[in-house]
Amino acid sequence: MKISKETLRIAFGNTKFKVGFVIILIFVLWAMIGPLLTPFDSMGYYPVKFGERIAPKPSLPSLKPGSVGEIFTPQGAVEVKHYLGTDSFGRDIYAQLVYGLRSSLFIGLIAGGLATLIGLLIGFVAGYKGGWADESLMMITNIMLVIPTMALLIIIAAYLPYRGVGIESLIIGLTAWPWTARAVRAQTLSLKRRGFVDLARISGMSESKILFGEILPNMMSYVFMVFILQFGGSILAAVGLDFIGLGPTRGMSLGIMLQQAVLWNAINLGYWWWAIPPGLVIAVLITGLYLINTGLDEIFNPRLRRE
Amino acid sequence: MVKNIQAMSEGYKMSGIKRYLMRKSLIYALTFVFAVTIDFIIPRLMPGDPIGVLLSRFATLPDVANYLHGYFIEAFGLNKPLWQQYLSFWNAVLHGDLGISIYYYPKPVAQIIREALPYDLALLLPSIISSWVVGNWLGAYAGKSKRFDSYLMPIFYFLQASPYFWFAIILAYVFTVKLGLFPISGAYGYGVIPSFSWTFIKDYLHHWILPFLSLFFVQLGGWAIGMRNMIIYEVEADYVRYLESLGASERLLMKHAFKNAMLPQITGLALQLGLIVAGNVTVQVVFSYPGIGYILMQGIMNQDYFLIQGCFLVIILTVLIANFTIDLLYAFIDPRIRYSYTEEGA
Repeated sequence: MKISKETLRIAFGNTKFKVGFVIILIFVLWAMIGPLLTPFDSMGYYPVKFGERIAPKPSLPSLKPGSVGEIFTPQGAVEVKHYLGTDSFGRDIYAQLVYGLRSSLFIGLIAGGLATLIGLLIGFVAGYKGGWADESLMMITNIMLVIPTMALLIIIAAYLPYRGVGIESLIIGLTAWPWTARAVRAQTLSLKRRGFVDLARISGMSESKILFGEILPNMMSYVFMVFILQFGGSILAAVGLDFIGLGPTRGMSLGIMLQQAVLWNAINLGYWWWAIPPGLVIAVLITGLYLINTGLDEIFNPRLRRE
Repeated sequence: MVKNIQAMSEGYKMSGIKRYLMRKSLIYALTFVFAVTIDFIIPRLMPGDPIGVLLSRFATLPDVANYLHGYFIEAFGLNKPLWQQYLSFWNAVLHGDLGISIYYYPKPVAQIIREALPYDLALLLPSIISSWVVGNWLGAYAGKSKRFDSYLMPIFYFLQASPYFWFAIILAYVFTVKLGLFPISGAYGYGVIPSFSWTFIKDYLHHWILPFLSLFFVQLGGWAIGMRNMIIYEVEADYVRYLESLGASERLLMKHAFKNAMLPQITGLALQLGLIVAGNVTVQVVFSYPGIGYILMQGIMNQDYFLIQGCFLVIILTVLIANFTIDLLYAFIDPRIRYSYTEEGA
């Protein structure tokens, strides 16, 4: 799919796409440069140098957003501003948030990409080959479709003693593909019957050339939309998994922040700056993705546009 | 003659439904087999030693540890060949024997789940049905009125994008901490004993409303968006244009468009069930609501593997039953299903 100037002009003429794009752009930029704006590490601790060694130290606990915390180091007390306050352990919320956003985007990219790829492959083969391959692949897809992904994730993650962000992405990607496979199969079926494919076949084109030269390019826009949805779905799945205690065993994520906030009674204690921002980041991020998706839908299906 | 044809078409209809349901049942049966197999294989496949972890909890009680070790070896049948283990696992599952919980020792997992399940159903059924109905209604309204659409859609998108448990946190913060209107934890107060008395029911509803609203609102967004898009599609369809040119009232147009748009929404319900159930799990954690979700969290935090496996099976079984109910409903609502399965058994 070549992205021409014309395509871009139409895309950015759509308000939903534009708003969604700006939201995602801001979050991506924030995830890239945000960590540079804070002296704290990914867990929200302040790295203090003891000679050669670096020890993470907490600041004052339960500070409100914008207040100044004190960290005691061998060189004397250091005053640091906490943009979003600190949690009950004196860890900086802003630092946890921005590093958590990074890992969320990473998971979305890897898990969403993997799920899209598997779904594309299975749907494509099932739709194009038909017959026996179609029957068996769709049987597997339908079975996987009924099983709640979360339940599957829980049972797998519960038995993994050490979990990293990579493993988490992998198991999410391996379980999230079924609806994509079904949708891609339907698309392939309808494309297969179009005139230009018949023409290619009559003119003696090889099968792989028909697949990759004729059918696939016509599906790229659709696949991109599927990826956007898988990207958002994976982030939500990871947050849910983290929240019930099956996230990465080391490190911080938005889901783990929320889990700890609930476990340590942040709500009852009124520490809204701990319990609200991580979910807000996710909700706005996912809203942005949905807007891009709907925008693209309206661009490709003029019927949905409301003029 | 006419009667004969009618009887024939009736016969066709029945066999259509039958074939459709047979096919669906086959898929659900296979899914159940697959789920039980996963439940069997995963603990044996994964690195680490779950039994060792289980027993480490009882390091200070050698008697209990010894007893449990014997129990586990027997329960898993670890000294037998794998296929025999698999068969006895099935035997246990079919007899409703899901093992004994470590965290709630010595309660059987099946009993814990039996006690928790009513709380889940009392949250899930009302929230799913009411949000589906209200969401479709609001979505249809948004699809019809442009002004309404531009105000409501951003809200729907935001609701749909929110993680269930985060929305629960917000409700808890606003209504419990700030306004002090509702309790934040449990299904009923400490001083109240479950019974069919008015005091208990009032107390129960008081605890029920916030978890219910969390599930209700997040689901609402998705249904409204789906319905709105369907209505916009349908309103452009030829049959609506035709009716319009005949001078039919807007009410009649909307009625037909709504009916057609509803079918994909029923299919959507089946597809969403897994996510809703997962959302329910996390919402219960926020409110310490004693359903399967809360139990599951306890199992995870305390590495109570029997409990986790039991919850897994029950969640899947519930989703399977719900899916089957939706399929039944669909077959009766959409006549095309009955016919498509008679023609070529698609």
